[in-house]
Amino acid sequence: MKGTCWKFGDHVDTDQIIPARYLNTTDPGELAAHCMEDVDPGFSSKVRAGDIIVAGENFGCGSSREHAPIAIRHAGISCVIAKSFARIFFRNAINTGLPILECPGVVDVAREGDEVEVDLAAGRVVHCPSGQTFPVPPFPEELQEIIRAGGLMNYVRKRVGHR
Amino acid sequence: MTITEKIIAVHAGCERVRPGEFVYADVDVALGNDITAPLAIAEFERAGLEAVWDPDRIALIPDHFTPNKDIKSAQQVKVMREFARKHRIRHYYEVGRCGVEHAFLPEQGIVVPGDLIIGADSHTCTYGALGAFATGVGSTDLAACMATGKVWLRVPASMKFEFKGRLPKWIGGKDLILHTIGRIGVDGARYRAMEFCGQAIAELNIEERMSLCNMAIEAGAKNGIIAPDDVTLEYVSQRGLRTPRLFRSDADAGYERTFEWDISNLSPQVALPHLPENVRPVEECRHIAIDQVVIGSCTNGRITDLRIAASILKGRKVARGVRLIVIPATQEVYRQALREGLIEVFLDADAAVSTPTCGPCLGGHMGVLAEGERSLATTNRNFVGRMGHPASEVYLCGPAVAAASAVTGRITHPDEI
Repeated sequence: MKGTCWKFGDHVDTDQIIPARYLNTTDPGELAAHCMEDVDPGFSSKVRAGDIIVAGENFGCGSSREHAPIAIRHAGISCVIAKSFARIFFRNAINTGLPILECPGVVDVAREGDEVEVDLAAGRVVHCPSGQTFPVPPFPEELQEIIRAGGLMNYVRKRVGHR
Repeated sequence: MTITEKIIAVHAGCERVRPGEFVYADVDVALGNDITAPLAIAEFERAGLEAVWDPDRIALIPDHFTPNKDIKSAQQVKVMREFARKHRIRHYYEVGRCGVEHAFLPEQGIVVPGDLIIGADSHTCTYGALGAFATGVGSTDLAACMATGKVWLRVPASMKFEFKGRLPKWIGGKDLILHTIGRIGVDGARYRAMEFCGQAIAELNIEERMSLCNMAIEAGAKNGIIAPDDVTLEYVSQRGLRTPRLFRSDADAGYERTFEWDISNLSPQVALPHLPENVRPVEECRHIAIDQVVIGSCTNGRITDLRIAASILKGRKVARGVRLIVIPATQEVYRQALREGLIEVFLDADAAVSTPTCGPCLGGHMGVLAEGERSLATTNRNFVGRMGHPASEVYLCGPAVAAASAVTGRITHPDEI
């Protein structure tokens, strides 16, 4: 995938990703409409399908709300690249099939509006303006199984089905 | 092994586990609330799953936007209610019979020492206060667990926090955890287990220990935990629905890092906007005027907290121009506060007293802030817009500072009044 960067800093919390006042719905479209609105008003209307969020340390800290990765994905974001992820957000992204990558190198060089190309299979991120390539270590095998199944529920359904 | 590793090993059917290892662990209790459970239920049903793994081990607690604040919230609770009926979920409770989940589950003995608990709520780590492994997960994790009774976990490395010295006056579990987060930062324990011990911890009652473990997630931790002792056993013996299993760390257990702090001279702690790591002693916050004070939440809405607040508010009035909102965390806390005359103290002080709800903590209802307003709160997060308008501010503290500050209208050391 190739997309334009939206750049954020460290400790982007789940209240920034989707404010709690909108959690009285589970509708993905409604959640997406309010994605990041307190830090970047109008964010969801500016995003084009395939764009990429690039952020600093501890992305997604705070609450367990899965509404956060749902809002991001349905806003059109194809992938989140951060220096590191908060653990519940990390789980939620893996479980729901939102592509995420820990790649501090590209976070340091990419600026908002830059093109970034992500090759998940090869484990590689390319910063297009400079041509710099950053390797990304693969997830542990156990997580790749969940990712390959298309998320945790598909994985579980297979396991339950085998019984 | 550490206590965390031992509990995970037992639930994964292993002799031992090591940090970094992946396991599928058996879950004792799985929890969801009116925000996270509807998503989990949708996932469960979309996957075509028909039966839950064990209707006695699932807890669905409507507490965040309840009593339902609007039509959409009412619809969410309706989804939970209908699912609970269909699957005969034992621990589903209507408003009027429950309260804030992390106060309610321990109080009712639904969680006990040695348990492995997952909750689709980040503050599930609260139950570490009982010597359980408890961690927050997402709705899909909850959905999968409702079907299988299992959860995937990466075994966390442990960090040890030893609090030496005797607890000074006014200092509680909240001050210890704010102090800790101030020292290590909001990602200082990311993916880690935080194990708390030492003389000051031994002196804390179970409710204070819950305030402490509740905010382990605010340092990024997977869980916070305190080894069970006589205080734990006495608490559990009065209410536990199942037999506790007692674990403690081995003398040669491995810790990634160890911290030792003498807290005998610690001041009450306050976290300034907009991260829980922006911690200062209360003396450095004295000039800060406030519009609202909230005493409640899964962090500090228990009877211990209300007793402390009432001891300061008795015979005093909330400052003019300031709103004090007191929210007992459960029906039982509310009733006990009524019996002890605490509710009367709050009303005499001109406080608003609400039925149990998470409400204002997450800017849901019952105390949402306007632009430019500032709230001092015994809650757990002070992110941008957490309690309302994106240009409002939240300061975090324990119940003593909250009550004293409500009286003066600015952040105040309880000794000052």
